[in-house]
Amino acid sequence: MSHWIVLPVILPAILAPFIVLAARYHIGIQRVLSLAGAIALIGIAAALAWQTADGTIAIYQLGDWAAPFGIVLVADRLSTMMVLLTAVLGFFVLLYAVGSGWDDRGRHFHALFQFQLMGLMGAFLTGDLFNLFVFFEVLLIASYGLMIHSGGAVRLRAGVQYVLFNLLGSTLFLFALGALYAETGTLNMADLAVRVAQIDLDGTVGIRVAAVLLILVFAIKAAVVPLHFWLPSSYAEAPGPVAALFAIMTKVGAYAIIRVYTLVFPPNLEATAGLQEMWLLPAALISVAVGMIGILAARHLDRLVAYAVIGSMGMVMVAISLFTPEGIAAALYYILHSTLASAALFLVVDLVRSGRGNLALRAAPPMSGTALTAGMFFVVAIAMVGLPPLSGFIGKLMILDAAISSPLVVWIWAVVLGTGLISLVGFSRAGSTLFWKATALSHPEGEDLPPAPGALSYVAVGGLLTLLIALTVFAGPVYRHATAVAAQLFDPAPYISEVLNTPGKLSGYDASAAAGSKLESEGH
Amino acid sequence: MELLVASAIGILTAAGLYLTLRLRTFPVIMGISLLTYAVNVFLFASGRLTVGAPPILSDAEVYTDPLPQALVLTAIVISFGMTAVAVMMALGSYLGADDDHVNDPAGDSGQGPTKDAGDEV
Repeated sequence: MSHWIVLPVILPAILAPFIVLAARYHIGIQRVLSLAGAIALIGIAAALAWQTADGTIAIYQLGDWAAPFGIVLVADRLSTMMVLLTAVLGFFVLLYAVGSGWDDRGRHFHALFQFQLMGLMGAFLTGDLFNLFVFFEVLLIASYGLMIHSGGAVRLRAGVQYVLFNLLGSTLFLFALGALYAETGTLNMADLAVRVAQIDLDGTVGIRVAAVLLILVFAIKAAVVPLHFWLPSSYAEAPGPVAALFAIMTKVGAYAIIRVYTLVFPPNLEATAGLQEMWLLPAALISVAVGMIGILAARHLDRLVAYAVIGSMGMVMVAISLFTPEGIAAALYYILHSTLASAALFLVVDLVRSGRGNLALRAAPPMSGTALTAGMFFVVAIAMVGLPPLSGFIGKLMILDAAISSPLVVWIWAVVLGTGLISLVGFSRAGSTLFWKATALSHPEGEDLPPAPGALSYVAVGGLLTLLIALTVFAGPVYRHATAVAAQLFDPAPYISEVLNTPGKLSGYDASAAAGSKLESEGH
Repeated sequence: MELLVASAIGILTAAGLYLTLRLRTFPVIMGISLLTYAVNVFLFASGRLTVGAPPILSDAEVYTDPLPQALVLTAIVISFGMTAVAVMMALGSYLGADDDHVNDPAGDSGQGPTKDAGDEV
């Protein structure tokens, strides 16, 4: 058993309290520690991804307790891919936060950032549903702090809405877990997969309720319409780098749906058949439409980007809800693209904000640093809208290709292509208003421009853009890897046997026999 | 016993949902607290209701399932912490804006021109 798997969780978990305790008053030391941690995290994540790329499923039993009694962390292709994505994103966002000075506008930014990374890593690695809930809470409570970083009345109000919505989501998650446990007597995902398949068709009411509750919870996280209402104002009001980090948070919901609904409730499970095609796919299509129309309707750049995130999450969910290996592979590629593009877009929004003072989409005198910011906006907008030659186009192509065998193919093609046009109009209108109309106006006398954003900020955004371009250039290898991930997801037997048959403390103890004797004794 | 527990969960959930749908932050936080109580009892009941048995997994004939108790303990700690955070943030928001409505005020949905003041960083 290798201890590497738990390191992505442990490292930020140790670093964050250390930053609070030892470097509370020294922003310089905090920055060094935090960046060093982020770089180390990339190294660990890359090593894990390398180790599992050949299809190995590595597990880590916490406290050496055998599953399903103890909690296991499982590193397979999907989780290591998400962990690597999180680590890379975290590094560039942190670089931006340092470069733009956002981390110095309130306290404990770096500690909260590390806790957020810890929660994300844990959520991607865990193999236990209750542990997933706990890591959700870890990442949420850190995100509450980050969301209201540097304060302000508007931001606090948005923060309260965000907290309240997520508290409701957490409560729903607990209801779902309770229902699952009452039906199956376990919360370990591999064990659940075995036991859910054993339930005979007459007694599936409880398990169906649990499946629907769970998908609702994950849909809240993934901001699928009609559960997206928390997203626009919280993402728009959050500090720029925080919103960029939040780009991965919606993907946690998508990840959880992929994981649970291929492993525990696979598409061919009769008890929950139809959940995906009947409900998830139409909701995802409406999300795409709502997001893209929101882009056109937005009057502020931050709202525009928030709706772009909803739209691109909808696109991910369309691909996921096909629940075919091709669909999941396309979804994974699109998740990579969408995370990087949304994060870069939020950072560009912050560049505009710091160069211009506000984000209203109306003509204003030229901002400071306008050429570089405009160029970056142009590149990210092309990626986000899905125009060739960038990765958004390739991702959309994969989704359209995967949708051909679906009965709803006409709807999918119509919505994806139609909304692409709408978002193109929205982004070009925003870009031309912000950057081109500005040249016609001159600055009022005696008013100073805000200082141009620092070089490090541009380096961070440039790094994300480079990754987007790399994702386009290496689309072939990335897609092959995504296909391998999907193949592993649709063949869960090795995952289940690896988790359940690895020896540890209490292994071999037959819980079902004990439960059986308990039920008998209840009957007497 | 089952009826008692089930109706307690039902009443707590119903009251919690009603309060959650209110306009101002204080009732909403109260509602969420009630909902977390409801879910705690629900989790507790998910291991079947057993009276007067120890929550220790052993070879004894009668025992209470210990896992839901551990789950409830975790859930209580988390919901307690979360409620505290929500209260602090709601207080901060109320003291900052002198308004404790959960929704954005009319005309300030982030789309109107009034928001520009908040855009200053």
